[in-house]
Amino acid sequence: MRMTVFAKRNTKEILRDPLNIMFGLGFPLVVLGLLTAIQTSIPVNLFELDQLTPGIVVFGLSFLTLFAAQLIAKDRTGALLTRLLTTPLKPADYILGYLLPVLPIALAQGLICYLAAGVLGLGLGSSLIGAVLILIIIAPFFIGLGLLCGSIFNDKQVGGICGALLTNVSAWLSGTWFDLELVGGAFKQIAYLLPYVHAVELERAVLAGDWSGIFPHIWWVLGYDAAILSAAIFAFMKMRKKV
Amino acid sequence: MDPAAFGQEGEERTDMKEAMILRNLTKRYKDVTAVNELTLSIYEGELFALLGVNGAGKTTTIKMLSCLTEPTSGDALLKGRSILTDKDKVKSIIAVSPQETAVAPNLSVRENLKLMAGVHGFSQAEIREKTNAVIRRFGLEEIAERRAKKLSGGWQRRLSIAMALISEPEILFLDEPTLGLDVLARSELWDMIRELKGKITIILTTHYMEEAEALSDRIAIMKGGALLCTGTAQEIKEKAGTDKFEEAFIRVVKGETI
Repeated sequence: MRMTVFAKRNTKEILRDPLNIMFGLGFPLVVLGLLTAIQTSIPVNLFELDQLTPGIVVFGLSFLTLFAAQLIAKDRTGALLTRLLTTPLKPADYILGYLLPVLPIALAQGLICYLAAGVLGLGLGSSLIGAVLILIIIAPFFIGLGLLCGSIFNDKQVGGICGALLTNVSAWLSGTWFDLELVGGAFKQIAYLLPYVHAVELERAVLAGDWSGIFPHIWWVLGYDAAILSAAIFAFMKMRKKV
Repeated sequence: MDPAAFGQEGEERTDMKEAMILRNLTKRYKDVTAVNELTLSIYEGELFALLGVNGAGKTTTIKMLSCLTEPTSGDALLKGRSILTDKDKVKSIIAVSPQETAVAPNLSVRENLKLMAGVHGFSQAEIREKTNAVIRRFGLEEIAERRAKKLSGGWQRRLSIAMALISEPEILFLDEPTLGLDVLARSELWDMIRELKGKITIILTTHYMEEAEALSDRIAIMKGGALLCTGTAQEIKEKAGTDKFEEAFIRVVKGETI
């Protein structure tokens, strides 16, 4: 009950910020539209919707990292968290209260991106449901990263680190804008050590209905989920003692 | 822990019941002692002010008493509950209005109040009832549906205190409640605090001497983490040999008292 009350508040805080809606939804849709328009004017298959859309959906999740991080960082700097820490809320209430509200936002964001891609010409079948639901596995990494950053950095630092750095890392190392095979070398190796490209490959496989193609990417994503969430919980618990 | 085990010293008031008993409460950060062996009693219904220059240890004391920070040594009992061993019970009877306004900016005034009632575990019916009651009590009707971030500093402070009081705490910590407010907003907040006097125990920290003098039943002056003196404003003025409280405060802090 207490956690639900806190989670509801967090949902409202995120959804009532027009910048969140603009960046979290508007920006990925604009990129999807632009790249699709570019594809119609170039002779090579660079931005085919079945490959591009899963990448855009994963890229959109990187904004959720920013939202979650900003929410926590602002709660800290604005002292609302100090006030809440003197109430009977338990550590699990805070962590779930920050994590859970972002999950349905991630699903809605993914669904809207796929529906927009459908309007642009992507064939949508029953695999759409799986492609949206698999975000339940992918999104915790991005949300956990937000909880981690929000527990460590202040709201201004979060804007720079999550808003600029992490969104770019997510974009460039995910294999969305270009085929990593074309770059190869250390860039490709680093990309495959991080979760972004695995998240995109997982999303692509599910959208294509290729269930055997989800391996080994799902293991990478689940491993990063566990690692980031553990780090986020550790950082949050440590931050509680410094409020 | 039995409150009696704490013992008593100093200005014991046998006619009043203790709401808080602090014994040798100490907080050290590496080689800095923020609060040093703080020992005092605060009585039920009392408005007790903690005064001191920056770095005196006021906010650290409040953080320890509200279970935000663990003491390095010593203990405190709030209504008989230890801040070391009974944190959950302590948290159920206290409320804190921090230095900053500490509101949820994108929630309305009503939603902020509901949030605080909700995290204290009240039922939906109780949340509605308490929220409506607090809105009426603090004259928040006209701004009830307005988002907190759109409010003036004075209204935000008023909301901040209302949020602290919605759980009907037995002990309220007000950390610099009028900091940065204009004269009118401060006067209105003083009236609000005066209305609470005698009903709950209030611990107030402030940098404004006239605020402490006007509102407090008793005052403690701290410096460098240590307690220099406690007493009523009148007692402190007499001790310092002056009829101006601000001058008395300066003399106490400088060690120039009689």
